[in-house]
Amino acid sequence: MDIAQLVAFVDEHLLMFYLLLFTIILGFEIIAKVPTVLHTPLMSGANAISGIVIVGGILLVKQAAATDLFMLIGGSLAIVFGMINVIGGFVVTDRMLEMFKKKTK
Amino acid sequence: MLTAIINLSYLVGALAFVWGLRRLSSPDTAKEGNRLAGIGMGIAIVATLVAPSGGGDGNYAWIAVSLVIGTGIGWRAAKKVAMTDMPQLVSVFNGLGGACAVALAGLELGQVANGMKETSTSSLAILLTTLLIGGVAFTGSILAYLKLDGKVKDEKIILPQHSGINMIFLLGLVVFAAYLGWSSGNISWLTIGMFTVLTLVYGLSFVAPIGGADIPVVISLLNSFSGLSAAAAGMIYDNQIMLVGGILVGASGTILTVLMCNAMNRSLLNVLIGGFGGTAAASKAATGDQNIREVGLADLAIQLYYSDKVMVVPGYGLAVA
Repeated sequence: MDIAQLVAFVDEHLLMFYLLLFTIILGFEIIAKVPTVLHTPLMSGANAISGIVIVGGILLVKQAAATDLFMLIGGSLAIVFGMINVIGGFVVTDRMLEMFKKKTK
Repeated sequence: MLTAIINLSYLVGALAFVWGLRRLSSPDTAKEGNRLAGIGMGIAIVATLVAPSGGGDGNYAWIAVSLVIGTGIGWRAAKKVAMTDMPQLVSVFNGLGGACAVALAGLELGQVANGMKETSTSSLAILLTTLLIGGVAFTGSILAYLKLDGKVKDEKIILPQHSGINMIFLLGLVVFAAYLGWSSGNISWLTIGMFTVLTLVYGLSFVAPIGGADIPVVISLLNSFSGLSAAAAGMIYDNQIMLVGGILVGASGTILTVLMCNAMNRSLLNVLIGGFGGTAAASKAATGDQNIREVGLADLAIQLYYSDKVMVVPGYGLAVA
């Protein structure tokens, strides 16, 4: 890939690159001041969000032909993996955060 | 009209992710934040389900069955696990997210190999990146789980000069990826298969030299990797919520990794190439060189809030000096 092609690619997807840049900054800023006790739940919660990749799996299976068994099985496997990540991630984070319930004395 | 509604739902979903993550970073609102992010995820999945299938056959039965199976397994695993085993489970979940990205990129590359899709160099580059990052997150997380669970002992899998080997390994992978991405003529089932296997082996090799005590940091790092691979996959499908969600996790995961290192008085580089760093630091503490962890004001306040017993030792610093 030469430079001109790369520049053209960035220009073509300019809004996406803006989005990319600002989201990176946002991600840094949100986490920058987090107490130590929350490190693990936060990691777990973020991990559940990264399960958003499942959307790609759903798109892949939807766009496949009904006769293309290879794509269907592969795509379904991807959805299963993604869904375990999503559901498991949010539920386990929820359980971790049980510990932070306000004490009633 | 339908497309517009779906795009708007993605926007709302992305907002829920950002806001949820923000609420998650404070103890009082964390639970609510987690649920908010979960709602965002629900919106994203439903919107994707009702979106027009773009020339495909929809295949809703396949999708529904997969969603149910995934939900069942994830729910059971998360509800059954003991409090102390949660970090391991998170690592496994993270690995599965990586596996999802690997499967997607592999299948799309397979389409290219079959000559069913015209692909530009830039989209090939994105596919290969997704495969590489997702693959490392996948096998790396699985090994991290095995190490944390004590199923694999550190000494058995560390080669001499392991971090050097890893550098060369990674370089080789990047060169291989560059060769594959150069033209779609280089893509065949054989080359994709080789690249995938090498990527997965690299993931194992990446985590292998990292000592047991540092594994939580590595899980956090791999978590940011799987976020990045989700973002890269989002570029394949030109899907904004995958992009935003993925990058958000990638960025916050990276900074979280650095924070976790700081909390242990270590640098990230030190953790990654330090080998037995974890055990070395522990033994040092025992022989007299003390590890002191400073705590900031805000952190102290939160720790005090959730602690049952606090010991105040006046003049401790002076006594140590």
